[in-house]
Amino acid sequence: MAKGRVEIDRERCKGCEVCIGACPVSILALSSSVNGKGYAYAEAVLPEKCTGCANCALVCPDGCIEVWRD
Amino acid sequence: MEKVYSKPRLLTDAVMHYCPGCSHGTIHKIVAEVIAELGIESSTIGVSPVGCSVFAYKYIDIDWIQAAHGRACAVASAVKRLEPEKMVFTYQGDGDLSAIGTGETIHACNRGENIAVIYVNNAIYGMTGGQMAPTTLVGMKTSTSPGGREVNIHGYPFKVADMVAQLEGVCYVTRQSVHTPASVRKAKKAIRLAFENALAGKGLSFVEVVSSCNSGWKMSPVGANEWMEQNMFPFYKLGDIKV
Ligand SMILES: Cc1ncc(C[n+]2csc(CCOP(=O)(O)OP(=O)(O)O)c2C)c(N)n1
Ligand code: SF4
Ligand code: SF4
Repeated sequence: MAKGRVEIDRERCKGCEVCIGACPVSILALSSSVNGKGYAYAEAVLPEKCTGCANCALVCPDGCIEVWRD
Repeated sequence: MEKVYSKPRLLTDAVMHYCPGCSHGTIHKIVAEVIAELGIESSTIGVSPVGCSVFAYKYIDIDWIQAAHGRACAVASAVKRLEPEKMVFTYQGDGDLSAIGTGETIHACNRGENIAVIYVNNAIYGMTGGQMAPTTLVGMKTSTSPGGREVNIHGYPFKVADMVAQLEGVCYVTRQSVHTPASVRKAKKAIRLAFENALAGKGLSFVEVVSSCNSGWKMSPVGANEWMEQNMFPFYKLGDIKV
């Protein structure tokens, strides 16, 4: 069971990738499809490894990420 | 599970016009969080600049005045004197604060106005297309210094924070960044202290945030943050300058 969970607002996301490098367990990646603005968006590709540390959300300039933790 | 992070309550739903990965968005988030945590959203007045952050008033749900280019510290001085109970702060880029607004900035600092200044230094004029600023690093290429900044033609980069720290009216000067989770946490503490000082009437607090302008620098957002670590931080050293 994952200890944490992220929810990324894919329509708000601009695909800057800043969150991806901030994740200590490397669970985020850019999607292969694009959102309404034409940006590839960040998604959790290994959600079961999420620790809920919120590092990704802290550095996201656009406030796209919500984080839950046990 | 318990929710541990969401978009700050005072950040509006408007999608910010900033380029992907721009430091302005992260700094806006911190400002919105600190104002909410201090419970001062109905007694805060922000002064936005001319520059990419001209529309800050659309993104943080408090009262704002948008000042003419470089004049934010003068406008904030007047607002604070007329409304002494309010927490008044400016939010300015380096082109705004340290080029056209140098005079207004220095004299507000020297008078010890009870305001907070958030100074977003990305070493370039972002909004107008990446022209050289007084803060541009030696050798740094910009649209108006395509061969890199040359000291014998353009002079030296301007360390405003170090200079205003010499002035008696200034109670707090710090230089921060927002490119990693740890730096975001530190920058938030600094902005909180600056706002508390402004409320307590201790004089002017100056928080520089060394930032990236990936569009102006012609880099990817992550590449710009790396370049900032390697090139900006050795010159614009992070940490407290005056406490
Ligand atoms: C009186 C006046 N002069 C020049 C300009 C053109 N201008 C607009 S923004 C800007 C500089 C913005 O750079 P900075 O303050 O570093 O902010 P950034 O966009 O990088 O966040 C300039 C020179 C203007 N709008 N008004
Ligand atoms: S930091 Fe935010 S805007 Fe950038 S890719 Fe991640 S979720 Fe998207
Ligand atoms: S031009 Fe530079 S400062 Fe302006 S929004 Fe884009 S990245 Fe940010």
